[in-house]
Amino acid sequence: MELDVSIARKALRTASGQTRSILHDVDFSLRRGEVCALLGPSGCGKTTLLRIVSGLDADFEGRLVLPREHKIGMVFQEPRLLPWRSVAQNLRLVGTSSDNDLAEIVAALRLSRHLDHFPGELSLGLARRVAIARAFAVKPDLLLLDEPFVSLDAALAARLREELLALVLKRKATTLIVTHDVEEAIAIADRILVLSAAPGRLIADRTIEAPRGALTEARIAKLKDAILSDIANASS
Amino acid sequence: MSKLTIKAVSVWRPGKTKAFLLRLLPLILLLLVWQVGSRVSSTGTLPSPLAVLSVITTEAWSGALFLNLAVTLARVAVAFALAMALGTVLGVAMGRNKTIDRLCDPLLIVLLNLPALVVIVLAYIWVGLNEAAAIGAVVLNKLPNTAVTLREGTRALDKNLDEMARVFDLTFGKKLRHVVLPQLVPYLAAAMRSGLSLVWKIVLIVELLGRSNGVGFEIGIAFQLFDVTRLLAYALPFVGLMLAIETFILQPFERHISRWRPPHGA
Repeated sequence: MELDVSIARKALRTASGQTRSILHDVDFSLRRGEVCALLGPSGCGKTTLLRIVSGLDADFEGRLVLPREHKIGMVFQEPRLLPWRSVAQNLRLVGTSSDNDLAEIVAALRLSRHLDHFPGELSLGLARRVAIARAFAVKPDLLLLDEPFVSLDAALAARLREELLALVLKRKATTLIVTHDVEEAIAIADRILVLSAAPGRLIADRTIEAPRGALTEARIAKLKDAILSDIANASS
Repeated sequence: MSKLTIKAVSVWRPGKTKAFLLRLLPLILLLLVWQVGSRVSSTGTLPSPLAVLSVITTEAWSGALFLNLAVTLARVAVAFALAMALGTVLGVAMGRNKTIDRLCDPLLIVLLNLPALVVIVLAYIWVGLNEAAAIGAVVLNKLPNTAVTLREGTRALDKNLDEMARVFDLTFGKKLRHVVLPQLVPYLAAAMRSGLSLVWKIVLIVELLGRSNGVGFEIGIAFQLFDVTRLLAYALPFVGLMLAIETFILQPFERHISRWRPPHGA
């Protein structure tokens, strides 16, 4: 799905009644099937940007252009599952997917043994997997992920990242993934948008040309340096 | 031999039996005190348990007891259902919408503080001595309580889940059934539990004041005749019936709808 984002300004009202700018002049478009990481320090407005794209937050100056018919699959930072419904029911509730399709998603995320469990019985890692499965169950044109690997241990995060990437590539959803981890962004995305510290401005837009998996260690290190210097330049 | 004993004990579940006997104990004591009291008291003011039982049997035999119980139960059921339904709709609307809340809140406070008796008498005077006035008066007494409870529940709805439902574009029906209602269940259960006991107590007063049948009416007759035996013969089976509904219908229903919660301390 194609997506056009043009945010002139997004402000939040603080408790003391003042307004504080958190996004400033953020313009970008995504091509169909693009996997784009949104990288930036904590509190720079990444989550806010994701909420604007999802349609949850319409209170901003600017415009958002989406195709008339589109399905959004979203993974929030917290799993946000229905605790009173089993894993299978949580997936079926939002899903327009056929049983076969759902079974494939469930298998890809290794959830088959947990379908009858309630969310309260799952670890955070498993609950995340269910949330990711749910996002795919709607057959999304646009997939929005907010720090899907945060507070998982490194091995678990790496494994989940690979499973997620495999699903994204197979289902060709246009993907916007929020992260504060440079290496994670390089591992998963074919384009990286870098936001400055608050108020978030777009300070770099880097496309990773090499096909996934073909990146050498040296190339990854170079990319990482380049992005880190983007951030350093912006803040000086 | 010893094996057999262990088996017998494990089937018998001594813990549960003990708990049951402990709950029964105060009731048995009460019966004893009643029996002793009936011996000591002057004739008529406190009949013995057996005398009451004999009147219950006579009334049951003639069918009058069941007829009156059924009539009262029907009034309780209709008033309870109406008060729950209207109170839920009002409470949810007030929890969701500030304007509705501001408009209705003063009325709720007035209703909450208006004595049941005033509502009942006014309903009979304004609407007439009929069934609609009787049921309406009971509903008006219970409705504010339900509305206030459900307003709390609606205010406590999880915003995160609401957003999830919006992003995933759930239909209104799906959202209501899977996202909203399960969160309101504890509040509905609380309103139902306090509701049933409140409603049946008020139904008796309504019957006493302006109906010509039902348990409340019979108690009114017994009062005019100073017939304590008859009074107890109607009151006790009705209290028993309400306790049975609470224990065998409401409580299992509540357990059924909250079965997803992991048991505490498990």
